[in-house]
Amino acid sequence: MNGYLSIRNLTVRLKGGGTILRDVSLNVAAGQVHGLMGESGAGKSMIGKAVLGTLPRALDITSGQIWLDGVDLQTLPPAERRNRIGALAALIPQDPLTALNPSRRIGPQITRRLVDILGWKRQDAAKRALELLNEVHIPDAPRVMRSYPHELSGGMRQRILIASAFAAEPKLIIADEPTTALDVTVQKQILHLISEMQARHDTALLFVTHDLGVMSKVCDTLSVLYAGKVVEEANMPRFFMRPIHPYSAALLAATPTYTDPTSSLTPVPQTVVDQVEREVMEHDLRTAS
Amino acid sequence: MRDLRGDVKRTLGLRLWLSGGWLTILALAALCAPLLAPKDPLMQDLFLGRMPPFWMDGAEPGYLLGTDSLGRDVLSRILYGARLALIVALVAGTLTCFVGATLGLIAGYYRGWPDRIISRFVDIWMAFPPVLFAILLIAVMGTGLLSIIIAIVIIDWTRFARVIRAEAMTQGAMDYVASAQVSGQTRFSTMLTEILPNVLPTIVVLLTLEMGIAVIVEAILSFVNLSISTDSPTWGGMISEGRTSVHQAWWVLVFPLITLFLTVLSFSQLGEGLKDRFDPVLR
Repeated sequence: MNGYLSIRNLTVRLKGGGTILRDVSLNVAAGQVHGLMGESGAGKSMIGKAVLGTLPRALDITSGQIWLDGVDLQTLPPAERRNRIGALAALIPQDPLTALNPSRRIGPQITRRLVDILGWKRQDAAKRALELLNEVHIPDAPRVMRSYPHELSGGMRQRILIASAFAAEPKLIIADEPTTALDVTVQKQILHLISEMQARHDTALLFVTHDLGVMSKVCDTLSVLYAGKVVEEANMPRFFMRPIHPYSAALLAATPTYTDPTSSLTPVPQTVVDQVEREVMEHDLRTAS
Repeated sequence: MRDLRGDVKRTLGLRLWLSGGWLTILALAALCAPLLAPKDPLMQDLFLGRMPPFWMDGAEPGYLLGTDSLGRDVLSRILYGARLALIVALVAGTLTCFVGATLGLIAGYYRGWPDRIISRFVDIWMAFPPVLFAILLIAVMGTGLLSIIIAIVIIDWTRFARVIRAEAMTQGAMDYVASAQVSGQTRFSTMLTEILPNVLPTIVVLLTLEMGIAVIVEAILSFVNLSISTDSPTWGGMISEGRTSVHQAWWVLVFPLITLFLTVLSFSQLGEGLKDRFDPVLR
């Protein structure tokens, strides 16, 4: 199957060190939601970063291809790659508190892509920003456009980031644990909003999370990542009925259920060491000294 | 909550007003020194040597803050000294800031080999004792206003480079920088539009701090007679001359010292006040 985003045998290594992603392949079909599941340190965020070209400097793609809309990104020169990614893909980040520039107003930050890449006029971009803010259910949009990020709550900022991700009508959105930094009460609204926007704009969505509950609500298909390797790829009903890989089964057994709240949870037998972060940190320490 | 915030605002305002006020007075004094100074700052009158300030017994009318051992008017010399002090503060401070902040920004944001080169230079630089380094530089370049300014820039750019590098590294790791890159911006324009505005408050604080430091360095150099020629009055020069007669005429030492102290203090307080103005979160 050839998806809109198709990652083939991607291997990412630390410069002069360990392997972060081993031979990862996955497909996100146009208009579909694909979940990327794994515990901390499995490398799930790194896949998103590899696609968007924002890998930490200590990491290198050593082999594999990333096909976006039928073009292998690795073969493009840097400037062209940047523009192509900017026009076709967008990110909904994990932490809305650091994802907006604190010294610029909201309005221009939503429509930056439109102005910078697609060459829109500022007035048109501002009009579009208003529409988008209405779409993500933000009241009093004109005032919000003139605000600075610190004047808005975390949930509001995440809505704004969603609006900005959809601004240039990208065909692929990577949501990197978009609800982990939020309040539980806000999480549900944000999930709804992402699903709603995804359906309306018919975008492919790569949804990175470690929360099976969240995943079961949003995704059509999923990949389970363990220590930098994809151990299982499945569609949602099949995964919940009959997980194949023992790790997937262990994950499911470790998830609380509503039907039998008294049953005790089975912990996953071993945890991945937080290999990505540890190795990146060690590399930084080595180069900083 | 509201009240607390109000209090903070008010004290910040006071700080800005006091420091800004003192610096404005100083700037006016420097500009209008020929009009304001009651006497010629260079005019000696050996019959009027070491006259005390006006409130003490034996004060000479017309010499408000007394005279030094050569009979020169202390007040007039302080007023004229403000000229050199402020020129050095503004020019040397700004140049140092520009050089240091630029290098720090590049090192902190680009990392990699530019960072390695710049950071090594900073490390080496900071191993030199600054005052000796300055004296050495002046000895090589010769005395004069230009040499002082160049010496200050050469000694002190590391202060900016270090702090701004650290700050740029912190900002560079934020998600909004990554998203700027994803939306197709080049690294250079990301540095200017995303990183720079967010390190600006720090740059402003450092800049004003540096202006104060520049005044001190100039005073130190005058103290060891390496500033500009001895016949133009400088605060450091006055302190140096006053030192020899401090037991007979303390005012020759104390008044320029107080002026110097207030000026340096004002510069640093101005920076603190301005930082809060520039910071979008506190604004």
